[in-house]
Amino acid sequence: MRAVDFLLSIKRGEIDDVKLIEGFRERVIAEDEKYNIFITLAEPDEAFHRKRLLSGVPIAVKDNIVTKNLRTTCASQVLENFVPSYDATVVERIKSEGGVIVGKTNMDEFAMGALGTTSYFGPTRNPLNPSLSPGGSSSGSAAAISSGLVPMALGSDTGGSIRLPAAWTGIYGLKPTYGLVSRYGLVSYSDSLDQIGPMASSIFDLELLFGVIMGWDEKDPTTYDKHVPSEVFIKRAFMNPDPHIMRNLRVALLKEPLVHEDADQKVVDRFMDYVSELEAYGAVVEEVSIPLVNKAPQIYYVIAFSDASSNLARYSGLLYGKRVVDVIDTDWDEYYMRNRKLFGWEVKRRILLGSFILSAGYYEMYYDRALRARAKLYDELNKVLAKYDVIATPGSNIPPLPLDFDASDLSRLNAIDSLLVIANLAGLPAIVIPLEVSTNTPISIQLISQKWSEDILFEIGKYIALYISKLERELEA
Amino acid sequence: MNIKIGLEVHVQLTSLKTKLFCSCSADYRGKPPNTNICPVCLGMPGSLPRVNKEAIKSAIKVALALNSNINQVLAWARKHYFYPDLPKGYQISQYDGKGVATFAKGGYINIRVNGKKKKIKIRRINIEEDPARIVYPTGDAETSSYILIDYNRSGIALLEIVTEPDMNSPEEVRAFLEKLRSILEHLEVSDLSLEGSMRADVNISVGDGERVEVKNISGLKDIEQAIRYEVARQIDVLEKGGRIERETRHWDSTRKITKPARVKEYEEDYRYMPDPNLPFYIIPDELIEEVRKTLPELPEERAARFINQHGLSEYLAHVLVSSKALADYYEKVAELSGVKGDKVAGLIVTDLLGWIDSEDLSNISRIVPPEDLAEVVKLLEKNEITIKMAKEMIPLLVRGEKPRQIIERMGWSVIRNRAVLEKIVDDVLKENPQVLKDIERNPRAVQFIIGKVLEKTGKKGDPKIIAEIVREKIRLS
Repeated sequence: MRAVDFLLSIKRGEIDDVKLIEGFRERVIAEDEKYNIFITLAEPDEAFHRKRLLSGVPIAVKDNIVTKNLRTTCASQVLENFVPSYDATVVERIKSEGGVIVGKTNMDEFAMGALGTTSYFGPTRNPLNPSLSPGGSSSGSAAAISSGLVPMALGSDTGGSIRLPAAWTGIYGLKPTYGLVSRYGLVSYSDSLDQIGPMASSIFDLELLFGVIMGWDEKDPTTYDKHVPSEVFIKRAFMNPDPHIMRNLRVALLKEPLVHEDADQKVVDRFMDYVSELEAYGAVVEEVSIPLVNKAPQIYYVIAFSDASSNLARYSGLLYGKRVVDVIDTDWDEYYMRNRKLFGWEVKRRILLGSFILSAGYYEMYYDRALRARAKLYDELNKVLAKYDVIATPGSNIPPLPLDFDASDLSRLNAIDSLLVIANLAGLPAIVIPLEVSTNTPISIQLISQKWSEDILFEIGKYIALYISKLERELEA
Repeated sequence: MNIKIGLEVHVQLTSLKTKLFCSCSADYRGKPPNTNICPVCLGMPGSLPRVNKEAIKSAIKVALALNSNINQVLAWARKHYFYPDLPKGYQISQYDGKGVATFAKGGYINIRVNGKKKKIKIRRINIEEDPARIVYPTGDAETSSYILIDYNRSGIALLEIVTEPDMNSPEEVRAFLEKLRSILEHLEVSDLSLEGSMRADVNISVGDGERVEVKNISGLKDIEQAIRYEVARQIDVLEKGGRIERETRHWDSTRKITKPARVKEYEEDYRYMPDPNLPFYIIPDELIEEVRKTLPELPEERAARFINQHGLSEYLAHVLVSSKALADYYEKVAELSGVKGDKVAGLIVTDLLGWIDSEDLSNISRIVPPEDLAEVVKLLEKNEITIKMAKEMIPLLVRGEKPRQIIERMGWSVIRNRAVLEKIVDDVLKENPQVLKDIERNPRAVQFIIGKVLEKTGKKGDPKIIAEIVREKIRLS
């Protein structure tokens, strides 16, 4: 059930606002065995605020977003027993609108991974096909929605972590403009790339959740205070799209992901069929090439790993989290070495590479150059966006990989990384809209627009969902 | 032997209301351990810093007062190292390089030692957060089997002021620190009489020896003691034919010696990086001008005013302005008594200070209220007491007695009634007729008569009036 329909029914007095969370825990426990979606379940709570925007809607939260008195592990052994003392700003906002946080979802450890397989709590399975990865790192949030357990969830996206699982599980996901959603309470991986974003089974729900969580927050100095007001999104979440949105919409079709040597031809061909449909509905589609896009994963790795090595320096079991050994004879070097062994392999790899990059002498060689390349990519993407309304790519140019895929084979992951990380590196909003859902090859489209222009993405998204993909029906308001 | 000393002084901005990056109180002293804390200053996962704007204003004040050049692009750097006092695994500080810059560069402080003026150059000024306080149960790191950590101090705003190695003696260091302290007090950014509010790392080299760093010494007195000890130690090693290697030492404040660091401290790589959570902030010219306009009179200007307008000697003027409390005290006494100049200043500097511990200087107004000293000055001015009596009164005032009480109890009060004194003079002259005859040959006879008269008044007669009367009587006879 779409949350917006449910909320409209409550408003009309047709159903009770506790309906969606009734028996929720039992359903989750039954389903979770199949997919390994939740790391921690919240106690069922009917004490939510009534008659508000999200009253009674069950919402899953990725386990790297802190929740007061509810264990938050980042899917790491390091934080296996960590219970935060405060709520992230986005969680506060959901709760104050009556949303019910039902549990914390599985993910790649500290959001590092593309398949959901680096979790200390084991991999999440794809509800479309349990032998496949649901995509990472917001694997559990995507699976919670795709399996029908919740209508909406929070994910985080540093290099595609909302959009890849959305693409692979056939749901909607938005990576907002950097600075539009508060990161206060999001466990940092790479601060200048991380954004919290909504994930949902309906584009209307996606817009509603976005409207609730977005906007300036005094606790996060990187949030921006001049933006489209949240009321606009909240209002439009209950409205059908502008019927003229597709007419003369200028779409730049990004060439690089389509011709990438590891791109899947079947996925690309099917995606192109939908691009033709966009044209049939009035959009003007032109191919553009930005060769630097192929280097985007390398730019991303340098920045993200460096930030990660810094952000993960705090985990030592001293103030919170798991402690293996106590300090002996004030030998702190030994203390830190032994306790920090609890990280998983992928996390250790990224910390080590990041520490190396930040060491004396190497900073200029890698970090500084990556920052300059990032600025260049920003310019090039914005040049295109000055001429076009949106940049379009497939949500993924390969089908979901099997769970036993060897993640150290970077080439196939590079193919998807390049089309995903560009939005993070440039701070641009990017939405993934499912086009068709199948057990092996779900097809989706990613649209990237100018900063602070999420409103356009939602309008186009609703139009595609209703008239092109036909995955949704119109609202009966 | 040539001695070179450079300082890295850390002073807390104690006048701020809150910590540097969160809204916890800046007044952490005397609170139960770990009660003045929040997710931000504990570095809890997900928390984000936000800059205390008042701290920036205070730093601007100090930079202007020290004639330093402010870098208007305010940026923050993470300085990484693993130590239990650092909850995030890095300290948010400032740095010169890697795309960020130090808060202010250059500048100087003029000092005076034995009447000689000298300029001590400032290398840089940074703003940074104070780490937590580590408590060793035995008072010593080596003998303690465990440690306690109090995070109340974590995140307090610090200014790091680094000098060039321009000081050549412990006296110069003392003069520098006193002057710096007085400037910070005049700016009202710090009360450095608070314990632990001023700490320093000291670099000392003697003769051809290598530079030795003595770390983390707290308080002016200990800094001076540590330098004296270290200079003497190095001279001793060199005189015995030894060599001074480059090393880090620690100050043992109980045994008053420096000791080599337990483990060999190698040149640490702090892996500095710009903090992505704190966007660059351009300090507007207007803000700097606004702060400049509100700069108070600084010690040097104040001393000049004392010399030019109060007629104070250079020496007394500079002693007074070496502490804001002292200079304020002088001005208050001068105002209350209506008497200014060396007479009042001398009474404070040469007499009162002799009875007050230098550590208690900031409490001088509470030890001897300025009203009391002003009364003494007024009595002196009206010749109701002699300067000798005034000096004798000082220690009693320090003990808390009031001037009138002392005078009554001691039976002091000067006899200035001419008629009374004339009668006594007449008596003495009658009793000593032969002296009167000698008077033309022996000028000292006058002194003899005055002495006799004073004796008869029980030393309470005003010597000036007595001398006048005696001279008149001799001329008459």
